[in-house]
Amino acid sequence: MRSNLALQLGFAGVLLPSFAAMPACAQAPETPVDAPPATSVDIPTPAPNWPKPVKDNRVLTFVTFDQLEGRTNGPNTSFRWDGQGWIGTDFNKLWIKSEGIVSNGVTSDGDHEFLYDRPIPHVRYLDWQAGARVDIDSGPRRAWLALGVQGLAPYFFNFEPTFYVRDGGRVAGRLQGYYDLYLRQRLILQPQVEMNFYSQPDRARGIGTGLSDIDGGVRVGYQFSRKFAPYIGYVYSGVFGQTATFSRQSGEPTGAHQFVFGIWLWH
Amino acid sequence: MPVSRRGFVQRIAAAGVAALVGGKFNRADAETITHSPAILTGTHFDLAIEPHEVDFTGKRRKAIKINGSLPGPTLKWREGDTVTVAVTNHLPEATSIHWHGMRIPAEMDGVPGLSFAGIAPGETFVYRIPVVQNGTYWYHSHHGGQEQIGLLGALVIEPRDKDPIAYDRDYVVLLSDWSDTDPDTLNSNLKKQSDYYNYHKRTAGTFIDDARNKGLRSTVQNRLKWGRTDMTPTDIADVNSSTYIYLMNGNPPDANWTAQFNPGERVRLRFINGSVMTIFDVRIPGLPITVVQADGNCVQPVTVEEFRIGVAETYDVIVQPHEDNAYTIFAQPESRGSYARGTLAPRMGMTAEIPPMDPYPHRTMADMGMGGMAQMKGTKMSGMSSDQMPGMKDMQIGGNSNNSMPEKKGMDMSGMKEGDLSAMSHAHMDRPTEPLNDQLAGMTPFPQPGPRTTRLMPPPSQMMARPTQTREGEVPLHLGPEVVMVAKNTSPRLRDPGDGLDGNGRRVLTYADLRALYRGVDGRPPTREIILHLTGNMERFIWGFDGRKFSQAEPIHLKLGERVRFVLINDTMMEHPMHLHGLWSELENGSGEFAPYKHTLIVKPAERVTYLVSADTPGRWAFHCHLLYHMEWGMFRTVIVS
Repeated sequence: MRSNLALQLGFAGVLLPSFAAMPACAQAPETPVDAPPATSVDIPTPAPNWPKPVKDNRVLTFVTFDQLEGRTNGPNTSFRWDGQGWIGTDFNKLWIKSEGIVSNGVTSDGDHEFLYDRPIPHVRYLDWQAGARVDIDSGPRRAWLALGVQGLAPYFFNFEPTFYVRDGGRVAGRLQGYYDLYLRQRLILQPQVEMNFYSQPDRARGIGTGLSDIDGGVRVGYQFSRKFAPYIGYVYSGVFGQTATFSRQSGEPTGAHQFVFGIWLWH
Repeated sequence: MPVSRRGFVQRIAAAGVAALVGGKFNRADAETITHSPAILTGTHFDLAIEPHEVDFTGKRRKAIKINGSLPGPTLKWREGDTVTVAVTNHLPEATSIHWHGMRIPAEMDGVPGLSFAGIAPGETFVYRIPVVQNGTYWYHSHHGGQEQIGLLGALVIEPRDKDPIAYDRDYVVLLSDWSDTDPDTLNSNLKKQSDYYNYHKRTAGTFIDDARNKGLRSTVQNRLKWGRTDMTPTDIADVNSSTYIYLMNGNPPDANWTAQFNPGERVRLRFINGSVMTIFDVRIPGLPITVVQADGNCVQPVTVEEFRIGVAETYDVIVQPHEDNAYTIFAQPESRGSYARGTLAPRMGMTAEIPPMDPYPHRTMADMGMGGMAQMKGTKMSGMSSDQMPGMKDMQIGGNSNNSMPEKKGMDMSGMKEGDLSAMSHAHMDRPTEPLNDQLAGMTPFPQPGPRTTRLMPPPSQMMARPTQTREGEVPLHLGPEVVMVAKNTSPRLRDPGDGLDGNGRRVLTYADLRALYRGVDGRPPTREIILHLTGNMERFIWGFDGRKFSQAEPIHLKLGERVRFVLINDTMMEHPMHLHGLWSELENGSGEFAPYKHTLIVKPAERVTYLVSADTPGRWAFHCHLLYHMEWGMFRTVIVS
């Protein structure tokens, strides 16, 4: 470091002789001045037709699919989707979610939500959401009011608990979450789970009280780009408690282990 | 150019400039440059802004050229002239040109929405600019993403007086970043997934590496610490080489832009960072670099091996190669990954070795304003030995007779004290202002410091005045979803070269090294302090001041003629190159009356930077982070001087 200093001084001295010839003190001396009077000028106002200098509140749209996949365990195959999207600004969004599963021409678990979304103050990465959920699939239709939270919890957990209410004081809850574990920069291992709870049975839809079903799995995907990542994985889906009883009564399986393949998409 | 060459030469002769350049009269003619933008001289310029296609990567992409050139032509003006620039817009959308760093009438500043309506398609706007300063500057669009796709160029202003910088060769080195992704898509990608371009995440692979090198326990602890905040230490640049290539005077690295010299000659390189999101670390292996000008203002020469140049900053440097060798001009972004490169060579066609890139930097807990925690970086600041800082030994950062820092602000370089919450206030304006005197009023804008300028001093009674705080109280910040953190420990990190540069074994320029060649012209102490937190929510990609983005905030008001201190506190973990239009920002780096005049200042993570501003030019001025997509998502304010 010492030699650096020498180098620097020497270098500057040789290189820039004119600096030496004109030291800063060649400037005129300081000039004291008296206390000055006030000044004021008017600034022209921007015309109404001028654009904003930056557009930080513009409306964007977003669509993403966390599951767009085929599921199979050999004899049985089904198609599953779980996607969401929004349109809006930082503070006001219309948020739409849709999921369902199609097997043998029958759609089940069809759940579609239309929510108003807004960030929760003081909670960095979570939004609250309120709106409506409609169950539209091959079964009887149901409509719910929905209130939930969605976002990033500490330690990079994505989670999404939602409560639902419909006529007759029926209450339901759903807990969804996933975690993106980066194996490599583009290779992601994603554990994911979804659970549903109901306060009262709904026989027509095969739903019992308490924890009704779990759908969870592990997927491994490769991000060719952030917007396009094919994946494969394993999923367990099962029904529990009274719901399982209903399933058994109607001769349906109460649990399935399946291989899945699909793509993660967003735009 | 239609301008009379004879008149130009006569004026040079009259100014006695010829004597200073070592007998070489025609510097411009002496330049032998390959693939550089044209140099236009004179007092009237016609610029045509046109849509074009370019192919930097094998894909044809939409771009903008000015007079057929990307970057646009280098404009050479002369201090004292009044220049007219007729800008014709051939784009299908509105456009603008902002003259970065220029002290000009507000209506000529070129910010749509503040200075004017913008230039509509097919229209011509004539800028009329009295040139009252000299040095190296640049120009660019202030319209959405146009700057990203080529609407920029260099602006060189020759001094009216003798140039204190002696040189034989003169080259502009304009650095920029190019993406094949159009700016609107890039902008919305960041909004929808803020880590879209970060391919340096922590992975299972890096976990294993870290566990092997640093131990499992400390690796787990470190991951948990960062995980708790949902932030990542690999968050260096929001946009990086996963989509960018880096250009030097419009040339990708392989094109090897070359500047010629004869051994022994003094070569002036005017570095301009014209990129939209990229902070560069520049070096020329084998050559000491003597920095002689920063942001258009002469500084006392300081010789380094490397310097960091923030977006929109300029540094003029002198190098003097004695050997008949080629040297690589190497500019690696802070986020590494790729580089801009050119060559200094005695003959065209030569190349020199391209150095390996430095390791990818990592943020530390000090960058998060949590310096008391493990992994702290404070050692770097307090551990700086004086022989690394030639000429700085006697200086106290922030301490000086007539522009002293407010005490109690924790300006201690070893820093890391518990933050002073009560000092975190907010721009709020009603205080008495120090009126302007007649003499000053007739001189607005104040002259750029030069060999003939004087330093104006108020009577001693006013020298003792303490600036008023702009707001009392303890809840200065709007802590909504726009803010994810408030740095607990902030300090000036002026002797810190920055993340990725510490401990690299090279002598790197720091802001503490910048000492103006000429005394500042305004010796009055500030009457007010405007304290602004730079805030953001990385995940939501919301940026702003004091927790508010532009659309949520009121303008900052300055009274014409008043002298104020800006205090910027960076509560984010990224650098923000802050640019105040129309007025100089005199960095309080311990140089006292030789404080460097800047137009753009990097504020490091968890840093507190202060500078003085003379509000000497009325108008609506933009004040913003010069990272384009931070500005676009809210880190922008209007400053009204009236």
